[in-house]
Amino acid sequence: MNAPVSSFQAAEHMGQHLGNGIGVKIDHVQKIFETRDGNEVIALEGTDLVVAAGEFVAVVGPSGCGKSTLLSMIAGIESPTAGRIMVDSHPLAGPNPRTSVVFQNDYLLPWRNIIDNVLLPLEIKRLDTGLYRARAEALLAQVGLAGFGSRFPSELSGGMRQRVAICRAVIQEPGLLLMDEPFGALDALTREQMIMDLQNLWLRLKNTVVFITHGIDEAVFLADRVIVMSPRPGRIDMQLHIDLPRPRKWNEIHGSPGFTDAVAKVRRRFEEQGVLKAP
Amino acid sequence: MSEVRMAGTLPDIATKADPVPKSGADARRADRRRRRRLRSTLEALAAPALAFMLFAVWQIAVPLFNVSEFVLPTPLDILTRVVTDYRLLLTHAWITGAEVVAGFLCAAVVGILVALAVFYSRMVERAVYPLLIAMQTIPKVALAPLVVLYLGYDWGPKLFLSFLISFFPIVVATVVGLKGLDRGYANLVKSMGASEAQVFLKVRLPAALPSMFGSFKVALSLAVIGAVLGEYVAAERGLGYLQLQANANFDVTLNFAAVFVIALLGVTLYSIIIVAEKIVNARQGGRL
Repeated sequence: MNAPVSSFQAAEHMGQHLGNGIGVKIDHVQKIFETRDGNEVIALEGTDLVVAAGEFVAVVGPSGCGKSTLLSMIAGIESPTAGRIMVDSHPLAGPNPRTSVVFQNDYLLPWRNIIDNVLLPLEIKRLDTGLYRARAEALLAQVGLAGFGSRFPSELSGGMRQRVAICRAVIQEPGLLLMDEPFGALDALTREQMIMDLQNLWLRLKNTVVFITHGIDEAVFLADRVIVMSPRPGRIDMQLHIDLPRPRKWNEIHGSPGFTDAVAKVRRRFEEQGVLKAP
Repeated sequence: MSEVRMAGTLPDIATKADPVPKSGADARRADRRRRRRLRSTLEALAAPALAFMLFAVWQIAVPLFNVSEFVLPTPLDILTRVVTDYRLLLTHAWITGAEVVAGFLCAAVVGILVALAVFYSRMVERAVYPLLIAMQTIPKVALAPLVVLYLGYDWGPKLFLSFLISFFPIVVATVVGLKGLDRGYANLVKSMGASEAQVFLKVRLPAALPSMFGSFKVALSLAVIGAVLGEYVAAERGLGYLQLQANANFDVTLNFAAVFVIALLGVTLYSIIIVAEKIVNARQGGRL
């Protein structure tokens, strides 16, 4: 089997350097939503967080704890009610061009074929998509979708579609990759594979990742640091450094004390919060 | 079920054993294909065949029951009249056709603009949308004499009625189409740094197109009604006017011939929309 041309190599050919993750600094950020009847809902209480360049941070928390809101604000889609967000040491005003987002829903445009979906961000930035076509195909090949470029999203399974969404997010080698429960809608087996693939991708790209999830296992497996949020009004409740060697493998890591301890700590924290009921 | 499985496994066995059963499987497959083609041909012919039958019944029943040509002409009488008087009919058809097209285009342009205003401004939505719906409860037909009063006897009232009657479905369908899009798509494209214009062109408009085209089809049929209605009320030209003339002369055949041409006009314009839809659909990768 021929080794697929990695996006890594493709990028080197195009004269870009890699391993260039960008940092995020969140300063007393607060988000208050106004409901239709004029009430205020505090989605996120004054939050501070620093994510180092190249770090993989996973955020876990119960539903409605404001973790998605936090992500939308880092993405520049929503603006904080108070506080300041710095991405790549610049105060954020709108989406940062070196940031990409992957949502739980793949949001592939059904009227575009796979390759055109992957090339969409370049089209939005008015770049010559022809230059990136080869890279898009190489990326698709890397995630096992070689030859699917001219298919349409409706012809692909949920897992395949989410892979395409990830290719679309990394086509420009983003410095910061934001992921909002990207594997939440997938079946357990596909999810496990995707988690492995994401780790491999990140080890190659060496970019910064903020990964939001409900899954304690996948957070601990993937992240350098796990951040536990409290129930609404959301705030950062606990942080946990995960010092497990990489590349991590499921069957090696599952029984390892470092992994089980971390998972148990997060779970205990949720029990103390009352999110999980202690038996 | 079992037949399907057999057809799937047989060729494999056949290539290993001997070539004779293979041709059997091929023959079965060819047979199935032939049957499928026959069925789709029959389905395609169903509507024309039914129409033909109805006309045949009409054609036979008229002489059979001794109905006078002045009361009810046969389809062949009407067709003959369409052919012999094609010049007259064509002159009037041009007028009506132009009214319909102009009315429809105005409705499409204004309808889409109003829909955009409703979609992008909550204030406009609150102010205009209820009014539009209230307006919809007024039968436009009842406005026809008033429209003539204000806009005179020329093309004005026809265009206006045609516009008025076909405008509403376009507004509603466009608003519904635009609103039907999951917010996540817009957020995704915004996260790529898209301006609202880009969000609209790349996501909102393509997503709304299917429901917009649906409304164009409805609106076009309505536009024909509006134009002919305008001609009934006050006109000196057009197929509606020709019908009134025919009525005054007890020329039922010409009257029917005019109806035939109106129908033909509607079908032709409708086909143009379907072709446009197909073209857009193809450019969208057939996923509209």
